[in-house]
Amino acid sequence: MERVVKHKSKLAARRTRTAWFFLLPSLLVLLLVAAYPLWRTFQLSFYQVSILEFPLKPSWVGLDNYRYLLADPYWWVSLKNTGVFTVISVALETVLGLGIAMVVNARFVGRGMMRTAMLVPWAIPTVVSAQMWRWMYNDVYGVVNDLLMRAHLIAHPLAWLSDPHLALPAIIAVDVWKTTPFMALLLLAGLQSIPHELYEASTVDGASGWQQFWKITLPLLKPALLVALIFRTLDALRVFDVIYVMTGTNPTTMSMSVYARQQLVDFGALGYGSAVSMGIFLIIALFATAYLVSLRVELD
Amino acid sequence: MRALKFLAVLSLAVAFGSAAMAEGVTLKISCGAVGQELELCTEGAQAWAKETGNKVEVVSTPNSTTDRLALYQQQLAAGSSDIDVYQIDVIWPGILSDFFIDLNDYVKPDLVKQFFPRIIAANTVDGRLVALPWFTDAGLLYYRTDLLKKYGYSKPPTTWSKMEQMAAKIQAGERQAGNGSFWGFVFQGKAYEGLTCDALEWVFSHNGGTIVDKNGKITINNPNAVKAIQQAAGWVGKIAPPGVTSYQEEEARGVWQAGNAAFMRNWPYAYSLGNSKDSPIRGKFDVTVLPKGGADGQHAATLGGWQLAVSRFSKHPKEAVSLIVYLTGYDEQKRRAIKGSFLPTRPALYKDPDVLAANPFMGKLYDVFVNAVPRPSAQTKQKYNQVSSAFWTAVHNVLVGQTDAATSLRMLEMQLKRIKGRGW
Repeated sequence: MERVVKHKSKLAARRTRTAWFFLLPSLLVLLLVAAYPLWRTFQLSFYQVSILEFPLKPSWVGLDNYRYLLADPYWWVSLKNTGVFTVISVALETVLGLGIAMVVNARFVGRGMMRTAMLVPWAIPTVVSAQMWRWMYNDVYGVVNDLLMRAHLIAHPLAWLSDPHLALPAIIAVDVWKTTPFMALLLLAGLQSIPHELYEASTVDGASGWQQFWKITLPLLKPALLVALIFRTLDALRVFDVIYVMTGTNPTTMSMSVYARQQLVDFGALGYGSAVSMGIFLIIALFATAYLVSLRVELD
Repeated sequence: MRALKFLAVLSLAVAFGSAAMAEGVTLKISCGAVGQELELCTEGAQAWAKETGNKVEVVSTPNSTTDRLALYQQQLAAGSSDIDVYQIDVIWPGILSDFFIDLNDYVKPDLVKQFFPRIIAANTVDGRLVALPWFTDAGLLYYRTDLLKKYGYSKPPTTWSKMEQMAAKIQAGERQAGNGSFWGFVFQGKAYEGLTCDALEWVFSHNGGTIVDKNGKITINNPNAVKAIQQAAGWVGKIAPPGVTSYQEEEARGVWQAGNAAFMRNWPYAYSLGNSKDSPIRGKFDVTVLPKGGADGQHAATLGGWQLAVSRFSKHPKEAVSLIVYLTGYDEQKRRAIKGSFLPTRPALYKDPDVLAANPFMGKLYDVFVNAVPRPSAQTKQKYNQVSSAFWTAVHNVLVGQTDAATSLRMLEMQLKRIKGRGW
């Protein structure tokens, strides 16, 4: 008995060693591209350094940068904007994505074409599509105003991107337009893994389509849905390009990443900018952990 | 060993190669691209290249000053030698001075004396002359002479309130006459450096100071400044298009030059463009000093302008200095003044008959240019960009109606105190 256990543990040890051996390259890469920059950012966040000095003259300021961060109203504004952007855009993308996934999962003529066409917005680089939308939203020559005026939905052209009440919703709409296909694709993969027999059996039992959706589709889609949600939420929390292209550093729409860029690039404040980056890192880490825990619970 | 030998031969070849090339170097100069800037810069640089047997490549940069500064900062902080000569804004010498060579080591004091002493002072940081002034700028009021006459006005407005009235009347009349997209007034209302320039004019003309005074004291939270900003906010959507809060110089000029505005605040470059052959408003407008803030206010024009500096990372500093001396020289500035209405930085050119014939306003408004109001970049030094960004953001918030001027300026004062910290 004892020998068997010992033998087994020896085998296990060897397997562990092999596993580590195979993991080593990726761990090294991770250390190099993730851990080291993170460590440097962490270090820098306790200094005052300006890229405008040549050579650089860093001076130790302790927690001053973090104190400044917590007291800066624009940081809180950018946090709020990011929160609103994330919640609304991810919610809309999930609902719309699920709808589209169900449609293209059904059998109809031209399904292949439909599935390809659906990906077009996702395939355009964000900088390009954001610039395109910026023109379309223009208050003087933009097509959005033109269409709405022709349809008599609005009486005067609206300044979509400079009106503080419209700017963030307008940007969210662009993000939903762009990212829904990605969501739909992830959910389509989930839908296709649901065995068809379940639907046949439940149809025989007399279940309605609605009942099938709530009792079969949704529960079985949960793992795929969760993964898609994690992807999108973490992505939305660090949103930068669509906002920066459309409204720049305007505080009514500024996200956390836009704020960090302004400090690091526009103001050249390496130390304070690093403190901001650490703040963003902590927030995203918090969300990632929460999701991972819930996912583990869910999958077990 | 063999590899070493090969390397030695190779480096020798490279050394000879570069010696052979020494008489003609290739420089890169970054130029603005607003209006005719790029075209004129290229012509000037190529003329120098022809004269000296060198080559010049022109790098165009973003129209927004704010974006351009960000680009320069990245280039320079990375120690890049890609660009030899930088066209820099009058507010940047204090921010970027570490990265430029001291021109006192290269040019004679006699040459420096030919420029306006005030602009030379703005380009001198801790005794180092970091750039030579290329053209200066001051905010101007453009007005339509034909429309003023049509609506019974004999002269341009002298106060902002009068401008408001005139703009409203002309706008109503022109719209009734069938031009539905006509507006009274256009300016630079986007949240960027240009708004700082415009808003400084509003505030200063109401005797509201210069945001931060000469001694570094934060003065922006005062009743006159509140009045000035509040008045400007009232224009948006009434005499100025709602989208004006996203306009830069070129967007404003677009509306103006199409004949769709009665007044415009802009820099002198729009003068020669407005009088170009295919311009619908050719010969139908003039420029004057910006209005006062009420009867006891004062006329104010924000000091702008661009300089040429040589990067400390340039591999050919001598040739680069030769290029900027050429571009800022009398003849080249004269050519640019006549062709592009860029304001010269040499007092002598304001007496040149050819320059005055092409731009009568340059003689008439000489005092305005000489007395233009500088932005508080000298006193706020490397933090100027943060100060300006906080200011334009606070003003923009009022323009778009998110808050009122009193609240916004009170918050701005707190923000500026935080940016100042223990000192500028």
